[in-house]
Amino acid sequence: MTPAATAGSLVGTMNLAAESPGFLSPTGVEIAFLLVGLVTFGAAVVTVTTRQLVHAALWLVVALGGLAVEYLLLTAEFIAWVQVLIYVGSVVVLLLFGLMLTRAPIGRSPDADSGNRWVALAVAVAAAAALVWVVVDAFRTTWIDLDGAPAGSTDVTGASLFQHWVLPFEALSVLLLAALVGAIVLSRKAKAAAAGGGTATPPAAPPPTAAPPAGGRTSGPGASGTTDAGRDTEGTR
Amino acid sequence: MNDVLDVALRLLVVFVVFLTFPLLVGQTEHKVMAHMQGRLGPMYAGGFHGWAQLIADGVKFAQKEDVVPAGADRRIFQLAPAVALLPYLLVLLAIPIGPGEGAVGQVLDAGVFFVLAVMGVGVLGSLMAGWASANKFSLLGGLRTAAQLLAYELPMLLTAASVAMAAGTVSLVGILDAFEWWWLPWQITGALVFFVAGLAELQRPPFDMPVADSEIIFGAYTEYTGLRFALFLLAEYAGIVVLCGLTTVLFLGGWHGPWGADGLGWVWTLLKTAVLAFVVIWLRVTYPRLREDQLQKLSWTLLVPLSLAQIALTGIVKVVFL
Repeated sequence: MTPAATAGSLVGTMNLAAESPGFLSPTGVEIAFLLVGLVTFGAAVVTVTTRQLVHAALWLVVALGGLAVEYLLLTAEFIAWVQVLIYVGSVVVLLLFGLMLTRAPIGRSPDADSGNRWVALAVAVAAAAALVWVVVDAFRTTWIDLDGAPAGSTDVTGASLFQHWVLPFEALSVLLLAALVGAIVLSRKAKAAAAGGGTATPPAAPPPTAAPPAGGRTSGPGASGTTDAGRDTEGTR
Repeated sequence: MNDVLDVALRLLVVFVVFLTFPLLVGQTEHKVMAHMQGRLGPMYAGGFHGWAQLIADGVKFAQKEDVVPAGADRRIFQLAPAVALLPYLLVLLAIPIGPGEGAVGQVLDAGVFFVLAVMGVGVLGSLMAGWASANKFSLLGGLRTAAQLLAYELPMLLTAASVAMAAGTVSLVGILDAFEWWWLPWQITGALVFFVAGLAELQRPPFDMPVADSEIIFGAYTEYTGLRFALFLLAEYAGIVVLCGLTTVLFLGGWHGPWGADGLGWVWTLLKTAVLAFVVIWLRVTYPRLREDQLQKLSWTLLVPLSLAQIALTGIVKVVFL
């Protein structure tokens, strides 16, 4: 949903931007931007509409990679590589890991559909419209000078991040730290609860400790609690 | 026209390096392993000490039937080797082998981020292969690959960040320009952590749990045959070249040499890379495979704290002494 909205907003910006200095003779970079935007948008749409779970994750790679290329074309090299590093290299791998760990059948998974498809569509369209409107309104006359010094180099990005935006940056790091601590607390509490359950019912205790995955499914509320909490931690991270 | 020629020439050189160096490492591995184990290794192909063994292997792989399992997800199964191999080609573009802008495929402003980001993408190939094969052993291999990547990406990034802090830039060319000989003892912890984490990311022994042949046959690559299997193998050896080259550039000073021979910078780079590649092979022959939990424990309880300590040390030295 979000990639689709973002891609839509990017395409929207492009259409409008092409109108100001050179509408009739767009440069090669502008044409490339538009084409990559279309590919990104298409991949994002396929991501949310495909019925094969793993395919959705892989199309997400295409969409996120397309966004990285768009950043590159906007001269924001640093942001582009960070996008690849974090989203393609880590988030999608985590996503695939979760899918493969739980259930990732080859072929269609008809039960993976949620019932609120139309609500989702409405939210996506509303988000896209808001983003396109705001971004277009904000950057109507802004124009990146491709011949001058790159406006999004590591140097420039670092300077503006740690001079003008240092407070939001710190707030975000505190937020992430809180999430990290929360994940650790959740996983530790589940372990303690499992140990408590084990002492309360001594006969059920040995299987979960000896073979946690098998024990979790067959017996013991404590053991199944452990696996659930493990999934929670994955999600938080 | 001159620019076009320049770009074409650079791409051609990088491509040739990409095709030959992994084979050189592979042949060295054959011979070094053999001699360390008291054997001779390949002796017949090509005549002189079996130098053409890998070419013969390549011909053999090309002749084999390309089998796709009936239950597999065809398209992803066929796409996976390319996804595993191509990132290393891209990374080679950014590694400088000599001083100046003439000795690197493409000067990148955020080179460190580029190489680490693109190397991480290569693992997607193994994941795709593991899932699409419709084989339980492959799936297990894919899972282990993902777990290993998540564990070892962090120390790699942190130690690379330490070098970037020391140099004050994230450009690989800039890092080499700023290098001084005393960075070697200063960053030695980071260098060791980076190298070990890189080995784990490449799934080289002793970190080859994802392809552990005695447990899960050949992990994510179990169902592959012929040329596609050869591409996965090539990706592994290209990965060795890239990892050794990166360690050389980030921690060992790349083209800097003790006798400052002008114009011979590239010899230093290649020499250091070759020595590191030898160490990679040596480690394979020396150490037994780690168990999956030992592997995770090594990363989270040893490498991550060490790399954080290295970052602290780098920061202190940078602020107090420089």
